Amino acid sequence: MTARVLLFGGIREIAGADSVELDIPEGGTTENMLDALTRAHPGIGRWRPFLRVAVNREYTAGAAPVSAGDEIAVIPPVSGG
Amino acid sequence: MKPSPAERELSREEVARYSRHLLLPEVGPGGQKALKAASVLIVGGGGLGSPAAMYLAAAGVGTLGIADPDVVELTNLQRQLLHKTADIGRPKTDSARETIGGINPHVNVQRMKLRLDSGNALEILSPYDVIIDGSDNFPTRYLLNDACVILGKPNVYGSVFRFEGQVSVFNPTVGGPCYRCLYPAPPPPGLVQSCAEGGVLGVLPGIIGSLQALEAIKLIIGQGDTLTGKLLLFDALGTKFRELTLNRNPDCPVCGHNPTIRTLIDYEDFCGVRALGDQEGGGEEITVEELKERLDRGEDIFILDVREPQEYGICNLGGHLIPPGELPARIAELDRSREIVVYCKTGIRSARAIETLRQKGFTKLRNLKGGINAWADRIDPTMARY
Repeated sequence: MTARVLLFGGIREIAGADSVELDIPEGGTTENMLDALTRAHPGIGRWRPFLRVAVNREYTAGAAPVSAGDEIAVIPPVSGG
Repeated sequence: MKPSPAERELSREEVARYSRHLLLPEVGPGGQKALKAASVLIVGGGGLGSPAAMYLAAAGVGTLGIADPDVVELTNLQRQLLHKTADIGRPKTDSARETIGGINPHVNVQRMKLRLDSGNALEILSPYDVIIDGSDNFPTRYLLNDACVILGKPNVYGSVFRFEGQVSVFNPTVGGPCYRCLYPAPPPPGLVQSCAEGGVLGVLPGIIGSLQALEAIKLIIGQGDTLTGKLLLFDALGTKFRELTLNRNPDCPVCGHNPTIRTLIDYEDFCGVRALGDQEGGGEEITVEELKERLDRGEDIFILDVREPQEYGICNLGGHLIPPGELPARIAELDRSREIVVYCKTGIRSARAIETLRQKGFTKLRNLKGGINAWADRIDPTMARY
């Protein structure tokens, strides 16, 4: 299935967009989504341990299921003040 | 620090000053006296701390602590409204006190021109009711979070980058999550850009810092719903707010069931800029003076610029530009046999880029110490410094 993924913080610039469309397996998880994201944008690879994913406006932990039509957001830490 | 009950009574002047609050049933005289009796520590008198301090002062918070080690710089004035042009070079804590005193002379301002660390944080935080995190770096954010969990104090968190802001209330004493439930450990230095590296729209910390003041006021007067258990994301380019639910992590290293962090950590000691520089070894750095001399001699040195294109537009050394995010995919543009001097603005991103290149088998790498800012300071004073 195709998932539309919203990007925030420093990874937006690496992807060059504030959202991307990614192919993930049917019945896939947020981990599959991150695999696809880092394949499409290798520069995001080193961010991966520090990314948090929210599905339908709820933060998830580990490999959380995603379905077609879910709002998926990938949110890295930001520190500016 | 706590005023006596008599001191908490509102004077005739205060009744007039706060009349628009007193008219609100949710605030009223009880809420206003609670504000007068309250103490809030604002860590960072910068972009977030400015609106937070100014609104809390205007609202009548009795005691405001401001902790910030820095002096006012010209580059601060685009967003840090506590400070004025004439304040350049003065401690931020001094100009903050003047601005706050001008807004509301009833506020007791406690200045702390210092950086929080594991040795002083608990003592500094403990007298205050609410802590506002307006810091600009990860070591301070983690230190504040851990200290607030240990002391059982609410931490009103705010953070900004470019056009995006985050706000939350970390309050484990009422069952809410903490910052480590969100991000268990800090990222390595150089990965996440600061506002100094990535830029920030000036009005954005104005919005986020104002929201932090709002959350602090609701915590003090005990009204409304706070952002405990929620993180509010603000996208200034789209003018969009998104509220995300954040649950407490039972395995959180500091507020979970079996915490592994029981004392404060100075992250700069092992993951900061110094530690990163150490990994390179002394031989891998090059000073701006040495680079200038060798370029003047016509030596064959390849200069790699690992900043963003807009930074290159402000000033550059004529190097080959590859933004750090594109480096892994563009390594083929670089010649392993040539000596490569890598630079960024201050030397942090370039140190990280060197790490990436070394993993790919590059050996002849030198990091320009102090980055292009050092070049502007010591070699070419006509060069723009940003």
